[in-house]
Amino acid sequence: MLIAPSLTYSLLAPILIVLAGALIGVLVEAFLGKTHRPAIQLTISIGSLLLALQQLWQIRDSSSLTAAVNSVTIDKAGIFLQATIVLLSLAAVLLIADQENFVAQASAIPGSIEERSALEQKNQQTEIFPLFLFAVAGMMLFTIASDLITLFVALEVFSLPLYLLAGLSRRRRLLSQEAALKYFLLGAYSSAFFLFGSAFLYGYSGTISLSGISAAAGNGNDIFLLIGIIFVSVGLLFKISAVPFHSWTPDVYQGAPTPITGFMAACTKVAAFGAILRIFYIGFAQSQTQWRPIITVIAIITMLFGSLVAIAQRDVKRMLAYSSIAHAGFLLSGVVALNKDGLAASLFYLFAYGFATLAAFGIITLIRDSTGEVTDLNRWVGLGRKSPLVSAAFAFLLLSFAGIPLTAGFVGKFAIFSAAYKSGNISLVVVGVLASAIAAFFYIRVIIMIFFTDPVNNSVSVIIPSIKSKVSIVASMIISIALGIAPSLVLTTASNFANFVK
Amino acid sequence: MSLLTVIGLLPLISALLIAAIPSKSTGLIKRATFIATSLIAIISISLATGFDKTSTGMQYVQSNPWISSFNINYAVGIDGISLVLILLSTILVPIVVLATWPEADGGRWGAKVFYILILILETMMIGVFAATDLFLFYVFFEAMLIPVYFLIGGFGSGNKSAAAMKFLLYSLFGGLLMLASIIGVYVIAGNQIGATFDLAKLATLQIDNKTENLLFLGFFIAFAIKAPLWPFHTWLPDAAKAASPGTSVLLLGVLDKVGTYGMIRFCIELFPDASKTFTPLIITLAVISIIYGAFMAIGQRDIKGLIAFTSISHFGFITMGIFAMTTQGMSGANLYMVNHGFSTAALFLIAGWMMMRRGSSVISDFGGLQRVTPIMAWTFFIAGMSSLALPGLSSFVSEFLVLVGTYTRYPVAAVIGTLGIVLAALYILIPIQKTLHGPIIDGNEKLTDLSLREKIAIAPVILVIVVMGFYPKPVLDLINPTAEKVVTKAGFTDPAAKVGK
Repeated sequence: MLIAPSLTYSLLAPILIVLAGALIGVLVEAFLGKTHRPAIQLTISIGSLLLALQQLWQIRDSSSLTAAVNSVTIDKAGIFLQATIVLLSLAAVLLIADQENFVAQASAIPGSIEERSALEQKNQQTEIFPLFLFAVAGMMLFTIASDLITLFVALEVFSLPLYLLAGLSRRRRLLSQEAALKYFLLGAYSSAFFLFGSAFLYGYSGTISLSGISAAAGNGNDIFLLIGIIFVSVGLLFKISAVPFHSWTPDVYQGAPTPITGFMAACTKVAAFGAILRIFYIGFAQSQTQWRPIITVIAIITMLFGSLVAIAQRDVKRMLAYSSIAHAGFLLSGVVALNKDGLAASLFYLFAYGFATLAAFGIITLIRDSTGEVTDLNRWVGLGRKSPLVSAAFAFLLLSFAGIPLTAGFVGKFAIFSAAYKSGNISLVVVGVLASAIAAFFYIRVIIMIFFTDPVNNSVSVIIPSIKSKVSIVASMIISIALGIAPSLVLTTASNFANFVK
Repeated sequence: MSLLTVIGLLPLISALLIAAIPSKSTGLIKRATFIATSLIAIISISLATGFDKTSTGMQYVQSNPWISSFNINYAVGIDGISLVLILLSTILVPIVVLATWPEADGGRWGAKVFYILILILETMMIGVFAATDLFLFYVFFEAMLIPVYFLIGGFGSGNKSAAAMKFLLYSLFGGLLMLASIIGVYVIAGNQIGATFDLAKLATLQIDNKTENLLFLGFFIAFAIKAPLWPFHTWLPDAAKAASPGTSVLLLGVLDKVGTYGMIRFCIELFPDASKTFTPLIITLAVISIIYGAFMAIGQRDIKGLIAFTSISHFGFITMGIFAMTTQGMSGANLYMVNHGFSTAALFLIAGWMMMRRGSSVISDFGGLQRVTPIMAWTFFIAGMSSLALPGLSSFVSEFLVLVGTYTRYPVAAVIGTLGIVLAALYILIPIQKTLHGPIIDGNEKLTDLSLREKIAIAPVILVIVVMGFYPKPVLDLINPTAEKVVTKAGFTDPAAKVGK
């Protein structure tokens, strides 16, 4: 006899609401006229995200933690990570709603007559909204999944829409499609690695649950455990773009439509680090002597490589891509720390970094010439004279990425490095501060270009943002500034929520 | 709320008010900034009058939680050392404001931004000397780089953006090394007495020798870059040449003092054992700085470069005095910080006016200024004499105390250091002879003498230089108890040959 499993819907509600929103979005796309679609889709997206947030608030102190037959664990850290993703998505969707960043008809061949006519008739498709919501739901699931199969499903649910979204840029479509293809192919490989590693872990422990793997540690042939850990890590390190699995990052960041780049950079990091933290803190905690040296080395290489290569970049999106690689290295220090402080610091760092990143990419969408966005840094010279306010905001974000005191980036770095020091990884702290010093160089060089160089003729200008973009950028800026001056609230919350349940 | 907090906040509030004035009314902005900073200076003097000289503890203390997760407090308080440095800052700022009315217009963004940056910087300068929480100190220490960076890059001359970047990167690098050490201290405190950044509590930590040496180096290198000590000095000449004179006054006069102040407050007070270990090395570096700075100064053709290298030499004296670990040396070094602030301010401001009138900063372009512009020439002469420590002017007292204090413990270093005084005569007298005396060089005939505004700006500086030369007692009274306490707490007693005080 088959007994229906208990799913505990109330705990799953945040994800289900977002998924429902995505499905309604698909129906809207199919059955409603094109004139109303953008407004309705945006309403559905924001509405479902807000509902999900409200639901997360409801379950924040819930006593029952596992749902869907133990395949997800909704613990404190999971709720914090999900809420971070939803909040970041709310800011991201407002940027995405500025549709003229996206191709009108994704199926039209670049440069074809269909493409032009779709644009002229304003025949704008709005499938980005449901795709976006599917990705958000997948990310939320990824942070709370507590067995390998659910992890894999969540990984695919958020990756597939992102592959598509990366290819939807209206301008420079070939570059965008190339980025999408690269992302897809490499992403498919990394998923395969993840699955391969999962098989080894299952073979080793006879279970797919993370706590089961942890309990089985030491009871079998450790070589299988090590192979499993390594391959699963490869799949995850790919998503956070740690060296040497980073090579897709600059191309995809550059090619994807800028609002999508911002969304990916902010939310994928939160989701992927959420999963990494859970897997390493719970699943692999017992076998730390095997993976900690490896991840330490990867963290060191990632910090140094990201900071060094960013110096050579001339494109602002590529530069931020390498900067995100460096930040992945800093965040890995929090993983290696493997203590409560490390978890709390990582939660804060992800929150702060997410909003700064979204604001930065939001500002990049505003800087244009007649043909569209200008990401070539050499053409940003003298921007400070033309639009001092936007330039000052961007400079502030760069200083935050660099980790100058009184910015959120500094508080995050301090938290992460002190956790790493506490766990005895002093080498990570030393390399971390050195990498920060290197990184400061290229952030400050951009400030020089913006403020201390005179504008040249073919320089660019800052367009007046739509009300949606403005709300998104201003909100992210306010959060970034507030986190720098008064980080106490979020830090305390992160530290109260820094708790994984096995 | 402590009076200290009020004084720290006033410049920031003034900056907000100045921001509300339309950029076009530059005259109003300049006057408003001058009045605001003068008022702050007057209020800050009341800090000194209400200061209990007999007590060596922190005064005007205030502590409020800031980031409770890490037990970081907004904690401020001052002792004699920090008081005189805060006074130096608050008194120099209005002088700089009054002296820089024309140069503020010449920058990239105009007078409004210039004075807002200066006011923000003033808040941070007060904060950095007042902080008694290590984290708070670090925040001010690093954050104050940003306004200076924009002051150099936006209002300087020549290769300013490269100089601004070099300055920022050097300082950031040092600062980040210090951050690693701060994290180390914080974690060790967490293991021993509970996580804290309170300086008084951190001073009680028991750290094993190897760790203490490494942590000490993290702090020391940051401060040696800031101070700047040879071989970490290379950013200073570039920055001083590129910065406008007003910025240079604040940079060399006050900001660099954060380095020497940090050596006393953090290196020695937190790591007395490591300080002992490294003292011979540091004294050596200080002596090299004295001699190297002096020789480089002799070779300079550019007035700003000359002043920058003389400062490197003077910072060598200050560092030597600090690490001689005698009460005279410590008091002398503290007094030297104040005196150097004023004499550098005088040199840079007057040199700035000379350069503005002549349109050149090359020493050989001047000549015969004594006859064309007698007042400017006389003030420059006095500033120069103070810089070479002529008896009767302020620097003499401090240089003498430093040398005496050092001699009792490190006679060789003191003797070599004395050579620096001889060289000082060369690097000051030769340029003075070239610029002020001799025939009037073509192009100098029509230079105008100091205006009333410039006279008002420079008068208090000259007054301080002369008065402090004859009567340094009020300032020494503030410094001495704290200096003695620092030396005693570090475990040193003055060597037997105590030369009269």
